[in-house]
Amino acid sequence: MLNVRNVTKEYEPGKKALKSFSMSIPAKGIFALIGRNGAGKTTLIRILATQMALTAGSADLNGLNVIKDADELREIIACVPQEGRAVGWLTPRQFVVSYLMWRGFTRKDATARFEKVLKELNINRYADTLNRLLSGGTKRKVLVGMVMSSEAKVLFLDEPTTGLDPISRHELWNTLMKLKKDHFIFLTTHYLEEAEVLADNIGIIEDGRLMALGTISDLRRKVKYPYSIKILSDKRFTKPKKGDIIKGVDGHYQIVTTEKEARRISRQLIDKKVRFSMNPLTLDDIFYYIVKKPIAEENYVNEEEHY
Amino acid sequence: MSMKRSIISQLIASIMVNAIYAMVNYPIVLVSTILAPFSLLIVIAFVSHGALTPIAIGGALIMTMVSSGTSMQQDLSHLKNDFKVQDMVVSSPTRAWVYLLGMSLSEIIYSLPALIVLSILAAIYLHTGVLGYITIIAVMLIMFAFASSLGFLLSTLSSDIVQSWAFSGIVSTILSALPPVYYPITYIPQPFQYLAYLSPATYAAQIVQNVTGLTSFNSGAIALDWVVIIAITIITLFIAIKKSKWRED
Repeated sequence: MLNVRNVTKEYEPGKKALKSFSMSIPAKGIFALIGRNGAGKTTLIRILATQMALTAGSADLNGLNVIKDADELREIIACVPQEGRAVGWLTPRQFVVSYLMWRGFTRKDATARFEKVLKELNINRYADTLNRLLSGGTKRKVLVGMVMSSEAKVLFLDEPTTGLDPISRHELWNTLMKLKKDHFIFLTTHYLEEAEVLADNIGIIEDGRLMALGTISDLRRKVKYPYSIKILSDKRFTKPKKGDIIKGVDGHYQIVTTEKEARRISRQLIDKKVRFSMNPLTLDDIFYYIVKKPIAEENYVNEEEHY
Repeated sequence: MSMKRSIISQLIASIMVNAIYAMVNYPIVLVSTILAPFSLLIVIAFVSHGALTPIAIGGALIMTMVSSGTSMQQDLSHLKNDFKVQDMVVSSPTRAWVYLLGMSLSEIIYSLPALIVLSILAAIYLHTGVLGYITIIAVMLIMFAFASSLGFLLSTLSSDIVQSWAFSGIVSTILSALPPVYYPITYIPQPFQYLAYLSPATYAAQIVQNVTGLTSFNSGAIALDWVVIIAITIITLFIAIKKSKWRED
């Protein structure tokens, strides 16, 4: 189990990155922490990966406290930091083998482990090219390969697919899906689709606080309505008989509602030639709903006021 | 059950990353490391018409070790801040002391080409016995321990490379510009000699200059030199162990 109890991280007086953050999840499969920039994802992952002290609270993984038992915990974890880069003057082979040697493997064992991961990640042809000459995506793959090739059973990956093209991202997803059979992977991501595809459990963090936690089904249940309509830069819509309205930062409105209401509203929008999109609720919609919260009725303008 | 880990492998990893691969992948690094200690040595030798060459060689040996230690500050900062290598290593079974020792050794390996050339010059120009050479090596190792402890401490305190450059400039002035390692302290006008004594390298240079017979100090002064360099090394090492931040606050 991963238990986080009231963890607070204060960088300087009044500047809290985590505010009494608590959660308890099984330490198996993939856990995805999603949140906006600056929500506190990296701070939490760095505390759990024993890289950073916490200001208050406590956290333990499989019974090992991240502060008191850090040395024991470090035996079983590996981490790809958010801004981590494969050292530029080394090749992927030199970098990964050195990392494994840092973990205490002999050169022979380290090399054998690297060769195995090379094929898995499809980066064979770059094995002896200087890291500084590799594309951003390949550099990320090298870092993921680095922790994959280790003996660690708990992997902390801070935005592992950032910068990867869609094909590479899907390749990496396949790899992570295989890895999760015998690893616990704690990852942060901006890609909600990634969390939806990969994660057994998902946490939503906003302003240093846990806003929601559970499986994708649990999160879906947080929103009572199964359909979402996005109306782009236009306020000419009818207030739903059932449902909520959320105002986006970019000016669009989002209506979450029942299937019947979604059909009715969409027909009206077509008649009025208003640009919109309608879809069954995605994790994006749930995230937006949880983080933004529905706006109060008096704060949106409905059809009647516009006509 | 945790696997058996090889400390030798962990030390070699640091040496490979910070020294060997840099020289193998960029051979120009090798040329630079050989040339580095010779810049001041050549100037002093020419300006003094060769009279100060032996003293300058002794000084170059000390300063190569000091530079090796202080280079650790920039190398560690670079790996920590630009590549986040320290974060990767912290979240692994590598202990702080193993990483530190490995990186220290890597700096000596990095300076090895220069040290070999300087040792050949020392054998030609410095006329001393076995005890003299043992003394020189002991001074070099103490100065390296001092400078690398300082380097490690500063690297953990710096959060980006610009801060690291600033530390480097200050340390370089105190350890390289102030002390009279390439010439006798008597060449420095009297009020400024006190400034020179602010640098541990001054005491180290006096021991080397004395043991090679290039300058003469009384035994009390030399004993004091030993006390100062050993004490300051122990204090710096202690502060580095206590104040260095392996895990960020």
